[in-house]
Amino acid sequence: MESLYLLIPLSVVLVFLIGVAFWWSVRSGQFDDMEGPAYRILMDDDQPRAEIVAPQHEISENRKIDD
Amino acid sequence: MSETQSNYNYKVVRQFAVMTVIWGIVGMTVGVFIAAQLVWPDMTHGISFLSYGRLRPLHTNAVIFAFGGCALFATSYWCVQRTCHARLFSAPLAAFTFWGWQAVIVLAAVTLPLGMTQGKEYAELEWPIDILITLVWVSYAIVFFGTIAKRTVSHIYVANWFFGGFILAVALLHLVNSCAIPVSLVPFKSYSCFAGSQDAMIQWWYGHNAVGFFLTAGFLGMMYYFVPKQAGRPVYSYRLSVVHFWALIFTYMWAGPHHLHYTALPDWTQSVGMIFSLILLAPSWGGMINGIMTLQGAWHKLRDDPILKFLITSLSFYGMSTFEGPMMAIKTVNALSHYTDWTVGHVHSGALGWVAMVSIGSIYYLLPKLFGKQEMHSVKLITVHFWVATIGVVLYISSMWIAGVMQGLMWRAVNADGTLTYSFVEAVKGSYPFWTIRFVGGLLFLSGMFIMAYNMFKTMAGGNTADAPVLAAAGHHA
Repeated sequence: MESLYLLIPLSVVLVFLIGVAFWWSVRSGQFDDMEGPAYRILMDDDQPRAEIVAPQHEISENRKIDD
Repeated sequence: MSETQSNYNYKVVRQFAVMTVIWGIVGMTVGVFIAAQLVWPDMTHGISFLSYGRLRPLHTNAVIFAFGGCALFATSYWCVQRTCHARLFSAPLAAFTFWGWQAVIVLAAVTLPLGMTQGKEYAELEWPIDILITLVWVSYAIVFFGTIAKRTVSHIYVANWFFGGFILAVALLHLVNSCAIPVSLVPFKSYSCFAGSQDAMIQWWYGHNAVGFFLTAGFLGMMYYFVPKQAGRPVYSYRLSVVHFWALIFTYMWAGPHHLHYTALPDWTQSVGMIFSLILLAPSWGGMINGIMTLQGAWHKLRDDPILKFLITSLSFYGMSTFEGPMMAIKTVNALSHYTDWTVGHVHSGALGWVAMVSIGSIYYLLPKLFGKQEMHSVKLITVHFWVATIGVVLYISSMWIAGVMQGLMWRAVNADGTLTYSFVEAVKGSYPFWTIRFVGGLLFLSGMFIMAYNMFKTMAGGNTADAPVLAAAGHHA
């Protein structure tokens, strides 16, 4: 099974790299707060503004971009 | 330019979201067509490019890479921008991922019916298309990780970890499995770098990890963003979602050999595949429970929110198929299930129930926001879509379960003198009623997609496109 000589070292290298990514993320404080991030995605004002009553110039500013 | 920079890049999300629905219809139509061919085998009168063998890979490629792929591009581009509070990195490169990916799909739709194939499941596309896929995928990685790099918040939301893992793993899988020596350009033709059981091992290392990273990790990213957003509640346990990610990433790679039980593959490799498949039950169910329990204390929302119905039902199917999968990976169970329609039922419980439903729910969430509306044109039609799709999936998988177990039992039945009780064709004959039910189930699921397309075009009517300014993160302190 020569293909395992490719796949098994590949997995070992991969697990090592994943380990490095994990180590980095723990060290850099990614997982220090295990509550806040879940709430933070909800506090993201992402309802379309077009139909909210807003001054006319604001609507046109939001529209003219990116088309 | 500064004004463009201050907005999220919704254009590419819009393009991918619309094409998700279009390719969903195309891919599922081909699926229903080949399901009909099993019921009426002579229906295409031997026309080569309409034969089952050529259309089946077109169906799988279209639903996985065109429908599922576009859904992943759309949702990951949306999620990474909104959670990083940064505009997508490089608009031209993002546009290239859209047009490049569409080109891959169109090339697949031309070459597969012409019979140009590498003959590797889920990796049928020939070498020039493989090169284009590589270019698009590298651009995708640059756009995605570029956006992560320029994020204005320090924390990387868990959904982005799943999307990122999916992008990197698929790149690795594609590069290894598509390794081939080209022998001609017209027609496209190449030979795999690997041969025999070596090739089979590489193929199913790819094949199962494609399920694990393309169809699972990517869509889990989708789930971890859109379920909490649609429910308006934080995920049940953020800590569990992080554990889910690392557990899945560390343990997934070695489930592939369960596709090769009782073959020329060494016995110990098969057992390793079986054990890793069983281990996967733990992170999978952890994630499923985490997603569903997000609704804890707000179950009433499920009553009148059809988008939430799609998302939560998708998680139930995820739970079902990630239980069924490890069970089928057990060698003794596999001895009965392998090569039967049970496998087909299992795949579709994952593909229709989990992947398609979570994508449909997420796209319904996105469409109004992308086109500057408060909600879809008709919320009632989403409810209709939900029920039509759910009944379709249930018909599909239950008929395949019955057909599969029946086939397995008939194939293994032996008389007292050691001869086979049934000839193969008797099992085929017995399968007809179930293939008909499967055809009806598939047809229902497909009609749901047409309802979605109608609803989408009505929502798009008026031609307004919305854009939103990049926001500073709320309540952020880092």
